[in-house]
Amino acid sequence: MFRFIVKRLIQLVLVLFVVSLIVFVFTSVMGNPVYLMVRENATEAEIQAVVQYLGLDKPLPVQYGIFLKNALHGNFGKSYMYHLPALGLIMERFPATLEIVVVALLLSASLGIPLGVLSGAYPKSKFSQGVMAFSIAGISMPSFWIGMVMIFFFSLYLGVLPVSGRGDVGTILGINTSLATVNGWQHIILPSITLALGNVATIIRLTRSGMQENMRQDYVRFARAKGVPRRKVLFGHALKNTLIPVVTIFGLQMGSLIAFTTITETIFAWPGMGKLLIDAINIAARPIIAAYILFVAVMFVFINFIVDILYVFIDPRIDLQ
Amino acid sequence: MTKKLLEVKNLRTYFHTFKGTVKAVDDVSFWVDEGEILAIVGESGGGKSVTGFSVIRLIEEPGRIESGEILFEGKDLMGLSESQMNRVRGKDISMIFQDPMTSLNPVYTIGQQIEETLILHTDLSPKERKAASIELLRSVGISNPESRLKAYPHQFSGGMRQRVIIAIALAADPKLIIADEPTTALDVTIQAQILRLMAELVRGKGRSLILVTHDLAVVSEMADRINVMYCGKVVESGPTRDVIDRSAHPYTKGLIGSIPDLERDKNRLETIKGIVPNMFDLPKGCKFAPRCTRAKEICHVQEPEVINMSQSHQVACHFPFREEVL
Repeated sequence: MFRFIVKRLIQLVLVLFVVSLIVFVFTSVMGNPVYLMVRENATEAEIQAVVQYLGLDKPLPVQYGIFLKNALHGNFGKSYMYHLPALGLIMERFPATLEIVVVALLLSASLGIPLGVLSGAYPKSKFSQGVMAFSIAGISMPSFWIGMVMIFFFSLYLGVLPVSGRGDVGTILGINTSLATVNGWQHIILPSITLALGNVATIIRLTRSGMQENMRQDYVRFARAKGVPRRKVLFGHALKNTLIPVVTIFGLQMGSLIAFTTITETIFAWPGMGKLLIDAINIAARPIIAAYILFVAVMFVFINFIVDILYVFIDPRIDLQ
Repeated sequence: MTKKLLEVKNLRTYFHTFKGTVKAVDDVSFWVDEGEILAIVGESGGGKSVTGFSVIRLIEEPGRIESGEILFEGKDLMGLSESQMNRVRGKDISMIFQDPMTSLNPVYTIGQQIEETLILHTDLSPKERKAASIELLRSVGISNPESRLKAYPHQFSGGMRQRVIIAIALAADPKLIIADEPTTALDVTIQAQILRLMAELVRGKGRSLILVTHDLAVVSEMADRINVMYCGKVVESGPTRDVIDRSAHPYTKGLIGSIPDLERDKNRLETIKGIVPNMFDLPKGCKFAPRCTRAKEICHVQEPEVINMSQSHQVACHFPFREEVL
């Protein structure tokens, strides 16, 4: 176990190094922030001053060295526009994103897994066919469209849920979150459902195909021959053998939801990381983009690390070495 | 007078597939006495396993038990609901499967899988369950049972796994055990061990066993009575010695003839001509007629009635071997 963790940490460092290099190269050739910062009719001297202030006059390798050194201290530079530390901005927005992602993931697990189990166990039933039709719809409809339809229906037509924004924020265990207030929950529902819809469909299909495979196995039959009730056969014996791919996809989904909620956050004007990224790209704010991408990379490595450890709890045949 | 523990009457189990209906078990009747070992023998595809699974009603789609009575201690199992049936499975009747490599769930420990049966069918406390599990493992000849409880199936060899499966099958002390080719997937050297173990445990407790197998040699040592099945029908049944020494059906004769015998100096192994017919397209009349050396015209037209060779020895054949012929 210890060796596994050390190996993973080394891997993390390698991944971060490569990502930082790519990030640096791309952000260096992408747009020139100087012209966004100075007056429209700035003099040559003013431009030079800004260039020097941003350190853009030094050769690229030196710039990279400085970038790396600062990044190691968690310092990605100040946002050109807000004049606030980039990482701080991201961390400030992170809880908002995490909120809708966690609710979306809980939704997709609590709906997707049971529906997948049942439709996999009784593939010929009407219920199962209905679930499959729903999941195809869920996969093929784009989330931004669903988001807009739901805003139209629930917020404008029925008027039961707010149109956009984050709503009231309360504190749970010292963390500011809208999960603490009723008004906050009302705001969370629609964006979370929008995020969850595609994932629910994926998880249903994955669980279903795994269940169909496992229900044919001898150990399922043997469990039934022992007199194990149907429900326990499905959600115990068969499901546990189905979980490995589901957990893998679940981890990946969690990562990509946190990293790329941009569309949903834009539609619902949700003040999360995704919205911040879009704004940063529009104004070519290099520090924010760089910090964002590195942050996402660390997060993915971390999530995969957790998923790998979960494997061992699910399937004893898997050895971390 | 021994009591009938299980009596199966006119059992029909059909499989409805795209290609047509397979009559895997077609009008089969038999019984098992208390404390008796009954063997069901025949070639692959003869309906032996399906008969075994039908008794505990574990027939999966597209299979269905079409009709028949399964009387266990006088009570018809066909009339029970699924949840009532779950109290019979594992408690009154348990089953041992063919392939020990796939019968145990890979993600649960041995201990958990034994305990599951104990939780379902006994009132033991957690402590007593653990003690009982250890005792069960010891009884099937697994050394260091205490430390084995936490092991997973993949850490066991095939023979050991089959021992564990036997332990699970015996856990709730069932009255009848159905063993579906329990040694087919094992090494030859282990087969005899496992069979002896099963016979000892079953006889020791005075329980009954239905042994489904294609191995007549095994059966002749262990079983009290034999049912020979061919294409979903019982073609011959009777006490072991009668069926082996005075076999009346040409198919039984063929099966016995094809047992390899190291002592006799034979150049070639005898076989039964031909193969088991396509189950979708069974021959009219006697199912065995196309492969039978004694078949006459009537055999291809009319299905043979069951006739008594003696009070306990029945055969379904138009021209059975009679004592005086031998």
